[in-house]
Amino acid sequence: MTARDTDWDGVRLHVVTGKGGTGKTTVAAALALALAHSDRKVLLIEAEGRQGIAQLFDRPPLPYEERKIAIGPGEATDGRDPGGDVYALAIDPEGALLDYLQMFYNMRGFGSALTKLGVVDFATTVAPGLSDVLVTGKATEAARRKQPGTAHGFKYDAVVLDAPPTGRIGRFLNVSAEVSGLAKVGPIRSHADTVANVIKSPQTAVHFVCTLEEMPVQETLDGIAELRSIENIQVGGIVINMARPAVLTQEELKAAPDLAAMAEALAAAGLHTTEPLAASLAEELAEHARLVEHADQRRTELEAAGQPIYELPLIPEGIDLAALHRLAADLREQGAA
Amino acid sequence: MTVLNNPPLDIDRIIDDRRTRIMVCCGSGGVGKTTMAAALGLRAAERGRQVCVLTVDPARRLAQSMGLTSLDNTPRLIDGVSDEAGGSLHAMMLDMKRTFDEIVEAHADPARAAQILANPFYQSLSSSFAGTQEYMAMEKLGQLRRSNEWDLIVVDTPPSRSALDFLDAPERLGRFLDGRLIKVLTGPVRAGRPFGRVLNVGLSVMTGALTKLLGGQVLRDAQTFITAFDTMFGGFRERADATYRLLQAPGTSFLVVATPEPDALREASYFVERLDEERMPLAGLILNRVHAAGSCALSAAHSLAAAETLESISPNGPADSPEAAQYSVTAAALRLHAARMSLGERERRVAGSFISAHPAVPVAEIPALPEDVHDLTGLRRVGESIARQG
Repeated sequence: MTARDTDWDGVRLHVVTGKGGTGKTTVAAALALALAHSDRKVLLIEAEGRQGIAQLFDRPPLPYEERKIAIGPGEATDGRDPGGDVYALAIDPEGALLDYLQMFYNMRGFGSALTKLGVVDFATTVAPGLSDVLVTGKATEAARRKQPGTAHGFKYDAVVLDAPPTGRIGRFLNVSAEVSGLAKVGPIRSHADTVANVIKSPQTAVHFVCTLEEMPVQETLDGIAELRSIENIQVGGIVINMARPAVLTQEELKAAPDLAAMAEALAAAGLHTTEPLAASLAEELAEHARLVEHADQRRTELEAAGQPIYELPLIPEGIDLAALHRLAADLREQGAA
Repeated sequence: MTVLNNPPLDIDRIIDDRRTRIMVCCGSGGVGKTTMAAALGLRAAERGRQVCVLTVDPARRLAQSMGLTSLDNTPRLIDGVSDEAGGSLHAMMLDMKRTFDEIVEAHADPARAAQILANPFYQSLSSSFAGTQEYMAMEKLGQLRRSNEWDLIVVDTPPSRSALDFLDAPERLGRFLDGRLIKVLTGPVRAGRPFGRVLNVGLSVMTGALTKLLGGQVLRDAQTFITAFDTMFGGFRERADATYRLLQAPGTSFLVVATPEPDALREASYFVERLDEERMPLAGLILNRVHAAGSCALSAAHSLAAAETLESISPNGPADSPEAAQYSVTAAALRLHAARMSLGERERRVAGSFISAHPAVPVAEIPALPEDVHDLTGLRRVGESIARQG
């Protein structure tokens, strides 16, 4: 452990949600990398079976198995500090059901029979609450898994869950309420209660990924309000993803560019046909100014939620491992990990 | 400037063809399906069609822009749509629970319907699962089509985790309701049915294990639910099949919506292949939020190099002179331009993988807009943008 405090010290399960298209999986992966510093072990879990994590890390599809997928950043302070490890796991409801049967009843074979009979279809079609419990159950189990010999006694220092989108997050996390409609007593109910105890504790935080556009901002604010209405769920940070770089101040952006002077500057930089060039660059600048103004309004709306805000830049070339490390470093610098 | 070399999508030909009765917008979450569906509906209405847009879970402001304030499961006439060509626009938001309740009420006698509606499994099934939403969207589409009140129905598909879910969910629900599990669960309740003795022993072992797993009360509720539902199963299966046939019919057009992002285009690609397998007619791909280069064709590399040059030289005069400020503004503009060009290059590269797999799919490109659409004027502009291709 490094001495520096982060905003989420004490959190063992980081749940990451966001509207589709905002880069939820990318941010979850970057957060896992950011947490995997100084020899720490982090598990990154994908809940929705899209294999987005495997694609991000350029790996073949992940099985239902925890395997090492990346090495976290080392702290450069003394040169001897090794980076940690990121493990990844793709959960599907069927695998989680078999796992649950194995863990609690030691009856995996029976589980396969149930699969053939359509019990998994049953769980995912008729009683989605049950399948959500299995998925959140696996994540909380990993977060609580003991391992003797480590400083804190746990197998993983942190677990990051790439959770369902914002529209479904309240229902997904409010497991005991979802299940209590179906099962008032019985083993599933008590399993749900155990899971809820972890999710509704200071060990769990739910982070929202958002872009500075109207719909994602509105959904984020709605999602935060929804989680706040559920007792004891800790709302985490808001990660603004794909933010545009602030290359100029508001004043500079607002000032109408002097086309002749710009053309002169372009000529000084060794470019030709500088007058039309200056005109189209000025046009692009004006468009950028509108985008920035619009984004600033959205940011103000997000700030009103009163949660810590982290900002990650748009990476025009696309996300690869190097880009993930860059985003992870940004998250670390801003205190998210 | 276009990203793809595929044939341009001629949306007006599809909209104006009276044989087109259903248009389905599909694609992964967050790509702008609902906006596209609303924009296409508006355009078709203003070109003379009697249109109903069926939308699932629209963003609040988009719904408001069309005058939809309540989720009441009924098509509402949208004001402010030009009727010069004789068309009209209705829109509705799907209330999946109410749609499901209505099916139950229509298919069961009042006592049985009440029993089903009160069952916890029914409540879970009808209110909480995306699969139900997909099934009910298709059900509603079938109802609207059969009513014959509209000559064009535009539907956007639910925000599933996978764009394919809405095709698979009805089938999955049907498979479940027909499945062996149902027989196991209903076995003890339907005493006297001609199950073999051996099978009955197997069943009691199975229900015993299920009781251990789920608890007796869950199992009893499940059995009650399924028994009560029993008479309706055949109906559900038939409805799922009918919906499928409706989607394969000649009057249906699918539009796949994607953004130039790897995930969205991968989903789009799966979808195009799946439609082909199912012999469902694909009209084309709408590539939304494309970052088109402006009028300036200077490459990213040149632009960056020029920015660096400008930053390293200073004009004659003091550092805080207007000339120096102009240099830094120009350098910033060049850097912005470089970022914009590399974003465009990346989008072309990403879209290229789609092209090479599907060279014949007509494509419409929609430029990224700085602001969201929240009124009819905005929707009209999007419609024009879809139509203005090639």
